[in-house]
Amino acid sequence: MDQMAVKIRAKDLNLFYGDFHALQDIQFSVPEKAITALIGPSGCGKSTLLRCFNRMNDLVENCRITGSIRIDGQEVVDDRTDLIALRKKVGMVFQRPNVFDLSIYNNLLFGLRIHRMVSGKDRILATIRWGLEQVGLWDELKDRLNQNARTLTLEQQQRLCIARVVILRPEVILLDEPCSALDPIATMRIEELLRELKRDYTIVIVTHNMQQAARVSDYTGFMYLGRLIEFGTTSQVFTNPRDRLTENYISGQFG
Amino acid sequence: MRRAITERIIETCIRLSGLVVILFVVLVFLFLLKDAVLLFGHYPLGQFLLGTKWLPISEPPSFGIIPLLIGSLYVTAGAIVLCVPVGVISAMFIAEVAPGPLKGILKSLVEILASIPSVVLGFIGLVWLGPFLKDLLGLRTGQCGLTGSLLLAFMALPTIISISEDALASVPKAFKEAAYGLGATRWQTLWRICLPAASSGIIAAVMLGIGRVIGETMVVMMVTGNSPVIPRSITQALRTLTATIASEMGEAVSGSEHYYALFAVGLVLFISTFLINLVADAFLRRARQ
Repeated sequence: MDQMAVKIRAKDLNLFYGDFHALQDIQFSVPEKAITALIGPSGCGKSTLLRCFNRMNDLVENCRITGSIRIDGQEVVDDRTDLIALRKKVGMVFQRPNVFDLSIYNNLLFGLRIHRMVSGKDRILATIRWGLEQVGLWDELKDRLNQNARTLTLEQQQRLCIARVVILRPEVILLDEPCSALDPIATMRIEELLRELKRDYTIVIVTHNMQQAARVSDYTGFMYLGRLIEFGTTSQVFTNPRDRLTENYISGQFG
Repeated sequence: MRRAITERIIETCIRLSGLVVILFVVLVFLFLLKDAVLLFGHYPLGQFLLGTKWLPISEPPSFGIIPLLIGSLYVTAGAIVLCVPVGVISAMFIAEVAPGPLKGILKSLVEILASIPSVVLGFIGLVWLGPFLKDLLGLRTGQCGLTGSLLLAFMALPTIISISEDALASVPKAFKEAAYGLGATRWQTLWRICLPAASSGIIAAVMLGIGRVIGETMVVMMVTGNSPVIPRSITQALRTLTATIASEMGEAVSGSEHYYALFAVGLVLFISTFLINLVADAFLRRARQ
């Protein structure tokens, strides 16, 4: 725990939706190039915390954040933060696969275009190929890149969403219950993919599925009623929790 | 048993109302066709379609439809060029940019706009817009195609705005979230994601707007100068197909060549709107795929 390199560090983080105090005094460090899971009962604030890291909460009206989040030492909770650069560096995958109503090709091209990353037909195609290879979709889809992405299976769509993020060469990938719309086999394969991706990326995954957290993550944070109750390596949190609440949650006494 | 009969009755009613629509279209077409063909007993079809002079009461009369077709074309094209971009951009503003309270106000204003009777618009065009354009552009007359185009554009705007706005508002929130999550700006999200996702609705809105423009009679009759000659520009007096029928029907003797010629004009109008709808449908189908 002590020797890990820290990628994201949240300090005294508080978040309010209007009068509702959704996150309370969060102190949290995300280790680099590892998978960190956030678990807890629904409504505990784990998705809200995740959405702080790429400032997606800005889209919510009446949302106010105090405290500090530093990614590579750079402050994120600041009006001057360049949200475009931040969201390129910190990509996000959502609960339901939200591919655009466009072709597979154009789904991937969108990000490349808005960040003006590559130009020229050949280089774009090479980049798209690389992106699809990262998520294991290239062989399946290479002959139908012009097909509408919404015709794919949910698992393929979710992989495409991951590719859409990966193709922008982010450093952090946030996943908000990425498997909740998928069947068990697809879930397993996505987890496998995440284990491969952690070599290159810092991954934070929110899940309501404790087994998933235990299977896939290196570190686990347990949240309850807007507080981060416990954080540690996954094996420690699951086998030897320090807090009574964590123990009760993990042993299935509430949730 | 009783339930089965009720089901039958309801089903038959629904089927009948569907058939009535088809029946009406066919009947209107036949009705126009019946009188229109009588013209071609006396007057050759080629001269009607390709003739460049519309002189219904001179001796011998001449029923060339080209001046009217071009008049309609000018006014319609002018109106479309004006109202489509303005309408779609207004819809984008209302759906995505305007803050809550302003959005509500704008939406009800657009609805009010839709309820202005066309004769009132024609009146405004006659006493204000026409003379204004005449002074502004130094025209010979303010009663010209441009005045008509502007007013027709104004009439089509509410249709285009409200239907496009609905289409944009029904784009799933998840698309926007995904785009913002990838680092897109509001404009990029709107332009590259929301607009394509709403495209079929927007095309439908534009087509309905165009339908309104082509069929409109009162405004164009009041403000376009009513002169059935081939206009060389949109700033000249002209006359549309619709205005021709409306202004000459009263004086044409029933059963005369002139009378049938007006039916033939109606038939041309009917066929052109039918074709436009067909094209629109093809577009919509492609957009849906």
